[in-house]
Order: sequence, then structure tokens, then C-alpha cells
Amino acid sequence: MSTLDSKIPPGPIDKKWTDHKGHIRIVAPANKRRIDIIVVGTGLAGGAAAASLAEMGYNVKAFCFQDSARRAHSIAAQGGINAAKNYQNDGDSTYRLFYDTVKGGDYRAREANVYRLAEVSANIIDQCVAQGVPFARDYGGLLDNRSFGGVQVSRTFYARGQTGQQLLLGAYSALMRQVGKGAVKMYDRHEMLDVVVVDGKARGIIARNLITGEIERHGAHAVLLCTGGYGNVFFLSTNAMGSNVTAAWKAHKRGAFFGNPCYTQIHPTCIPVSGTHQSKLTLMSESLRNDGRIWVPAKLEDAKAIREGKKKGSDIPESDRDYYLERRYPAFGNLVPRDVASRAAKERCDAGFGVNKTGEAVYLDFSAAIERYGKLEANVKKIDNPSKEKIIELGRAVVSEKYGNLFDMYENIVGENPYDHAMKIYPAVHYTMGGLWVDYNLQTTVPGLFALGEANFSDHGANRLGASALMQGLADGYFVIPYTVGDYLADDIRTGPIDTKRPEFDAAEKDVKDRINHFLNNKGTKPVDDFHRALGKVMWDKCGMARNAEGLKQAIQEIRAIREDFWQNVRVPGSGNAFNQELEKAGRVADFLELGELMCMDALDRNESCGGHFREEYAETDGPQKGEAKRDDENFAYVAAWEWLGEAGKAELHKEPLTFEEVKLTQRSYK
Amino acid sequence: MGNMKLNLKIWRQKGPNDKGQMVTYPVNNVSEDMSFLEMLDVLNDDLVRKGEDPIAFDHDCREGICGSCSLFINGEAHGPGRLITTCQLHMRKFKDGDTIHVEPWRAEAFPVIKDLATDRGAFDRIQAAGGFVSVNTSGNLVDGNAVPIPKDDADKAFDAATCIGCGACVATCVNSSAMLFVAAKVSQFALLPQGRPEAKRRVQAMVEQMDKEGFGNCSNTGACEVECPKGISLEHIARMNREYLAASVTKE
Amino acid sequence: MARSALLGSSLAKKYWMALTGLFLCIFLIAHLAGNLQLLDMSPEGQLKFNEYARFMTTFPPVKVVSYLLYASILFHAFDGFLLTIQNRKARPVKYAYEKPGANSDWYARQMALLGTLILVFLVIHMKHFWYEMHFGDLPMTVDKDGAPLKDLYTVVAAAFTQLWYVALYVVMMGVLAFHLLHGFASSFQSLGLNHPRYTPIIKNVGVFFAVIVPIFFALIPVWMFINA
Repeated sequence: MSTLDSKIPPGPIDKKWTDHKGHIRIVAPANKRRIDIIVVGTGLAGGAAAASLAEMGYNVKAFCFQDSARRAHSIAAQGGINAAKNYQNDGDSTYRLFYDTVKGGDYRAREANVYRLAEVSANIIDQCVAQGVPFARDYGGLLDNRSFGGVQVSRTFYARGQTGQQLLLGAYSALMRQVGKGAVKMYDRHEMLDVVVVDGKARGIIARNLITGEIERHGAHAVLLCTGGYGNVFFLSTNAMGSNVTAAWKAHKRGAFFGNPCYTQIHPTCIPVSGTHQSKLTLMSESLRNDGRIWVPAKLEDAKAIREGKKKGSDIPESDRDYYLERRYPAFGNLVPRDVASRAAKERCDAGFGVNKTGEAVYLDFSAAIERYGKLEANVKKIDNPSKEKIIELGRAVVSEKYGNLFDMYENIVGENPYDHAMKIYPAVHYTMGGLWVDYNLQTTVPGLFALGEANFSDHGANRLGASALMQGLADGYFVIPYTVGDYLADDIRTGPIDTKRPEFDAAEKDVKDRINHFLNNKGTKPVDDFHRALGKVMWDKCGMARNAEGLKQAIQEIRAIREDFWQNVRVPGSGNAFNQELEKAGRVADFLELGELMCMDALDRNESCGGHFREEYAETDGPQKGEAKRDDENFAYVAAWEWLGEAGKAELHKEPLTFEEVKLTQRSYK
Repeated sequence: MGNMKLNLKIWRQKGPNDKGQMVTYPVNNVSEDMSFLEMLDVLNDDLVRKGEDPIAFDHDCREGICGSCSLFINGEAHGPGRLITTCQLHMRKFKDGDTIHVEPWRAEAFPVIKDLATDRGAFDRIQAAGGFVSVNTSGNLVDGNAVPIPKDDADKAFDAATCIGCGACVATCVNSSAMLFVAAKVSQFALLPQGRPEAKRRVQAMVEQMDKEGFGNCSNTGACEVECPKGISLEHIARMNREYLAASVTKE
Repeated sequence: MARSALLGSSLAKKYWMALTGLFLCIFLIAHLAGNLQLLDMSPEGQLKFNEYARFMTTFPPVKVVSYLLYASILFHAFDGFLLTIQNRKARPVKYAYEKPGANSDWYARQMALLGTLILVFLVIHMKHFWYEMHFGDLPMTVDKDGAPLKDLYTVVAAAFTQLWYVALYVVMMGVLAFHLLHGFASSFQSLGLNHPRYTPIIKNVGVFFAVIVPIFFALIPVWMFINA
């Protein structure tokens, strides 16, 4: 087992980053012009990194598989971005944001990284405002905040329900500015299919031009992977259809350790699956939980009648409803963190209380909020003794003002008016906390290969808080990598351009071409999606919201069988020398089929429950916390970093012990 | 699976230089809960099983925000229905037995790559010409609250900024004009104090690039505003016209 | 910028389209005001009209404005022609199935066609009256002072005794109405003159203008035909 050096700088936590920046090496401006950097992915992390590095003077090549850099999936983030600005004067601080994040991550994140994240969070807001990001403002013209994800302060900056879009377009515009100057060469509709390692260092990539099918070699002195998360291993998730693990997985196979693959965030408020045709799931913003009450019928016969269409939610009297979050977690109620809310929904549905055809849905009900707002509004409008209808009418207007676009979106997808009928929701895969293991400098175990944003494992521990993903992506891209990459590149000022005719490039290109040819020449019968769906079902059932050793062992066997079947029986039509979306999918699913097994191995190995990883065997058995997750800090306070050993299912576990100097480890309680 | 039967007429084109033609595909077992793209998934699944080439179309987030999906359905960009993208269009908008025409965006500036997928790189080039605020990404900037921005201006800038760059405006416009897209970007920055210092330079550069790309001219028919999935207003085009006129007249 | 932005760019073409269009709208009002005199078919009315016609063709400031007017018409047409060529080029492959009525008015999309019809009409119209007045062999009459005066009135009255000619005028005024229905408000939009409060007013004025002006223009030949 090699030593995993996280390279955390010495000193007090609030001085580490400043001291580190002051002491690491930098590259002189004239030398930056001699250095090439490849950035894969153009979301918040990749877009911000590519723009920043180009502006500093490096030659940057940026890659994305989408048809434009602006379409990376960061764009779909709804709620907001956290920053410790304390504009609301509610006692927020860098330390508090740091503390909330470490606690929210169930004490499985690296303290020093999280502190740095909190530290640069305020800069992000300033940066984005300067770039022309239209954040929400109050009537005084100052930035507005809202509260989010169960923390006790209002530190979330937002742009209506489209914060991710606005932030990404900000980063994209910065990127396009550099493209216009020629400082960044943009390769859209290009997919990275391998990392090339020369003398132990990442020196380039192999990419496929998705339009012409051409396999291209690109050399660089450093490679940055900003390729997002791997939630699509579950087939159904809130990720975009194209979101994939391929870049990260190829890096893993070339020597980068994979950190905490089992940590998956399941978001509690998504629109339930409607049928086998389902291709993806849609998130309904967490903000709905501020006003909606979550419930299922208290009686099994009522739930059954609803499933069979004999009763409606509104037929169930108040006394026969089980507001299970309010019942189980009186202190936080409907605003418990995501992992807790999701598990509670699953628990009720597994017990037979689900409220749609599939039995996998709970109600998110706004009728109480409509009535409450209606009464307030009647007072405001000085209406004496308003009728019940009038109250509902007034209340609906208020709810519509706050959540109208979400309600419209719901009605559009489900075909049912959520003002008349309580919304039906169910948890869905949303974010992966795991990813490529990186040190404090965001460098993977392969020198010169860096991972940023959701693609790395670093800042969220076992559970991510709402509005923190955007923060991490931009922090890594704008404010961390521009410093830390220089320290690495300082050795490369005399290297000269990377020669892509070297045998390492030949070998990598051959691997890529062989695989493509296998798919195209395979005389199979089944489309790629068949295998992806089958994998997704195994992952969801056995490595989803709740896991157990037995199920995980079965899952590993099942995944192996699907993988074998895939390589023998997949059918990929068309040619490799043209636009071929089935071929793209095949490559991605092949990697998911290997990753899925590693996730199960990691989940099996982690004999505790923490954050998004809930092992049924490790729950409190009695006392007030009965049924809640039981962490084992003594044995599992470490990052699990897996090393590829040449074939799928063979991996060696390396541990990075997590030491907590600032935060005291306690059980998360939301009772 | 559902029980709707549909008759699809879909544009098939092997590559940029192929002539292309409409091809008819019957589809059965369509459920009204499917999205339009899921219905195409069903068709493609069937084509792959039969050993035929599936239909290429752009799509990614499938929740109406990435701007990838781009189908001209029954004569309208993103199909019937307002303020939605193709991925948000659901089959309950159609009836059993319907014939549905599906075509790619058609514009000289958006050449077809294959079938229903087009190259919208022109939008990126317009953005690169001036769609940004020239600030460095150092983070050593003034505080975000140092310059108050009137809420109305911030809201209007946001309305413009919600453009997803899908190209429905171009596809819809009888002249394949990109004015709504360009105006949304120009307008967003023109409304914010951070964007004012280079407002003149920006509008001129972006319009010049727009013209170079071969888009048509604006006839103010208002069709783009109607079909825009984000409801971007024509008001922004007027603002761009104003900005450009002022920039041209006062140019030294 | 290679070319001056106020000449070459797509937006500049639209500014000129709008400016010349609005100038032509003003001319329409003036032209209509003069023509309404034709409704008075008494001998005094005829004399007044003929004197007005002489004034309009001889008074130097009016002549200057009229050259500006000819230039505007030609430029409006030429600019529209250039725009249309570009617009056609911007969509080389047409849609197989279109439903443009779902999002816009037909007359807004057919400004080039409507404009071309108006241009053809203008040629006929000017040949019959403007050309005759300037270069033709008009019947003569005398003014109040006994000086010779071209009798344009008689030419007009004679023309409007023909049913097909009256019908052509009425139909073409319909064409003009649709051209104005879009063009009036559109020119304000092209010039960037848009405001949440005033734009609805401009639109209403545009509709009023597009309906009233052509109706009055059409009224004249109809009236003269009936009362001939």
C-alpha cells in the first residue's frame, strides 16, 4: 500500500491556504506561454479553470462532448450557491460555513479542503457579480439571500430557480472571451477517451471528434479533468443524459485512485418514475420543502386504495395522514437533510404506504401552506370573514408567486395540477460525492493529472449540503487550480511541446480504436440501453438509498454477469467514422459497468452508515435515535481510495486517514 | 407502455453533404406520459434491434435548461405548447393516430450534421466576439454589494440571461435571424453597471459576427418571442437596436 | 470594422428601412390631405385642386422635399430588396412542413411581397398622374388670374370613370393597409424606440393609421366613380 499524501499544508487551519499560496512555486509569465494545459469538461469547474489559466498566459485546450461549452450539466442546478458573506448579519462566518459543511458531510470530508472552500466562497460572489451574473437583489439594490438545506443562516445567493445556469453562463462568457482572444482552443463535440501517461506523468489525452469520428491525440504538460459526477451509473438520475464517468474512469485505469465511490446523494424531491420508458428524472427544487408537507396515508388500506385509483389523497382525512418527517424529526421536520429525508420516504414506501401505481411515491402537500398564506393575504387585503374559497384563491396566488415555475414544470410532466392535487415525489440519484482522489492541490495520484468539481471526491464527505456543489466547482476552477497547477508546472518550463508521436500515445490510441472496433464489429442483438437499464436497476436496488452486505455481494455478481453479456451481445449500428450516438453510449456504459462494481465493493467494505451511504446492518438499534445511521469513527474515519489492478473487480484499497482538529465528531441528530 | 399509435415523418440525412429526405415511421405503444424524446427513444430502440441506423438528435439535460434539444415539430420549434423545450413536450399533447412531422432547425448558419442534429457553433462565435465582461478571474475585485443595482434592472437582465441558446428563434424566424439570441446577451450586459464600460464595443462586435455567420435580418414578426422556450421578449431586440444605433452614431 | 456600421450592417439596413418608411408615412398624410380636395367636384373645387397641383410641382421647397421622397421610395425598395435576398440566403433548405400562422401574422412575413405590389402600383400610379403632370400633354384650363393651368383634375376624373381602375386602387389600398399594419409599429421597434408604456400606444396608432389612411385614399376613386 502506497502512502497517500494529502499534502495538507502545516499551520492553523485559517492560515493554511494563505501560507500555501505564498510558498508554492509559480511560473513566470514568459514561461507560461511555453506550457500547454488540457481541460476536459466545461462546467463550472472546467469553464472557470480554462478561462483563468488562459488569462494567466497558459495555452489551454478545452474539451466538451456537448455541442457547446455552455451546455455542461452545471447549468441545471436550481437552488443557489453558498457563500460566507454574512450580508444578512445572522452570524455567518467562514468558520460556520466550514463547520456546517463538515457536519453536513457526516464527518467524512478533509477539514483543510473544506476550510479553503469556505474561505474563497465570498470571492466567488464578487467574481460572478463583476462578470455580469444577474443574482437576485432586493429593493435596495443589494444582493438577496435565502436559507437552504437546514442550516441556521441565510447564505445562499440565487438567481431565481436557475442559479446554475447563470453561474455557468458567467464562466462560459469568461471562457468565450479567451476563445475569442485565441488563448483557449475550444474542442466541442469531442469526447476524451483516454489519458496518456508518459514517464509517470499525465502528458495528454486521446479524444474522439464526435462529428467525424476521428481519433485525435492532444499533448499537454498537465491535464485537468472537470468532468462531473457519475450518477448515471444508476441509469435513472437527475443527471443529463450524456453525463458519464468515462474520463474519470480512464484516468482511474491509468493510475488515478478513485475516492469514496459509494457516496451517492439521493435527492428526496424528484418527480416519480412514470413507466419503463423513463429516460431520466426531474428534480423539484429543495426549496419546496420550506412550504410543502410530506406525508403518506397512515392506514395501509388507504394507501392501497390510492394506488388502485379508488381514492385520492384529498379523500384522506387529516387524522389518517402520517406526516412522517414531522413525526420522526420534530426539530427539523420537513427540512431534514437530503439523505435523511430520502431514506424516510423509502422506509414508508417499502412498508407499503406508497401513493402511486408503482408504490414509490409520497405526497408533498401545499394545501396547508395555501390556507396559511391565504389567511395572511386576507388580513393584508383587509378582507373580513373571508370564505374558504377566497382564502384558497388568495393562498394559491402566493404559492404561485413563489413556486409557480416549479408547479408548471410538474404539471407539464405529470399531467396533474399540483394546486388541486398534492404533488407526488420520490427520491432520485442526484450527485456523487465520490470521485477521483486528489490531494490538497487537487492533483490525483498521477502527477500532472488534476481533478476538479464533482469529478473529485474532496469537499463534501459522505453527504453534500444544498447549494454547495456550485460553490465547489467555481472555487476549484477560479481560485484553487490557478495556484496549485503552477507549483506542478514549475518543473516543466524547459520541457518543450509534448511529442504526440511517442509510443505511449500510439498505445493509448490503439486501445481506444480496438474498443470502438469491438463495438462496431460485435454481432450482438441488444441495444446499449438494455444493459444500462439492467445495471441501473441492480445499483438502485442494492447500492442505492440503503445497502446491506448480502445485497451488495449479489449486486457484484449480477453486475459481472451484465458486463459479460454486454461485451458479447451489445449491438452498435453505424460506423466509427461519423456521428454515432449509439457508439458514444456504448463506451460510456462499458465504463459504468466497471465502476458499478467498484461502488458496490466500496459500499461493502465500509461497515458503517454515514451520509449518503446507509448500511442497514449499521443503524441504531434502540434509544431515541433508533433506526438512524450509525457511524463508526473509530474504524472508518478515512477516505477509501481504490487503485485499479488491471481488471474490473480487482482493486486495492488505500486509506487516507481523516484527522479532525477543528471539529468535534458527534452524531448528526435532527430529532 | 401505452397504446397510442403515431405516424412519424422524420428528416433523415446521412451527413452534411447528403441531400436528405423525410422518412415515414409508424410507432406503436406510445404512452401519454412519455416525453417527446422518450418517444423517439422507443423508435430508436426498435431501429437498433432491427439493425437499422437510429435517428440522431441532440439532447442532454432533458429538463429544459441545457438548450441541446432542437426539433421542429409539426411546423413549430419545440413543437406545440409554449415556454417549453422539446424535452419538456409530452405525448399527451398528441392524439392517437396523429401524423407528426419532425425536422431539424433549418438555417444556413446551422448546417445539419446528421438527421436532426445541427451545428450551432455560430452562437459560440458570436459570444466569443463580445458576449462577456472583460474582467480577470482573480477574485481580487470589489465587493459584490459595492455597486447597488436597481432590482428592476437586475430582474430584466436576468430575464434576458435566461436564454438557453437553443436556436429556436433562428429556426422559427422566417428569415433565420438570430436577433433574439444576440439581443438577449447584449441586453443582459447593457442593463448591468458591470457591462456598461464596454457596451458599445460589445454590441458592434456581436452584430458584426452575427452578420458574418449568415443569419437573416429581423422583420419584427415577433415569431421568435412566441416560440422561445424561455419567453425572451422582443423588448431586448429593441434595446439592442438602440444600443447599436447609439454606438454607431457616437463612434469616433 | 471594415465597413461603416451605419451602412453595411444588418441593423443599419433596418434603420434605413424604418426611417424611410416613417418618412413615407408622413408623406402619405400630406398626399392624402391634398387628394381629399378631389372630393369637392364643383368647378371651384376643381380649380382649387389644379392650383394645388401646380403649387406642389413648382414651389421650390416642395420640389426639394419631393426629390427626397423619390429617393426614399427608391431606397426603401432597394434596401428591402437587399434584405430579402439575404433573408432567402439564410434559409437555403425550406421546411417540409410549416405552420407559421402559429406564431406570426402573414402580412408581417410578407412585407417584401406587399412592398413589391405597392411598388408596381406606384409605377402605374405615377405614370398616369405624376408623369402626365410633369411631362404629359395635359388639357389646359385657366386659374383665377386667367393664367394657363394644367387641368389634372379632368385627367383624374376621367381615369376614375373606369371600373377596373377604381377596383385596382381599392385593392392596392388594401395592400398598403397590410403593409402599414406591420410596417408602422415595426419601424419604431427597428429604431429601438420601445418602452413598456409607450409601445402599446405606438401599436394602436399604427393600426389606426394603417386602417384610416388607405380607407380615405380608396374613398376618393370610389366617390369620383359614383358621382361621375
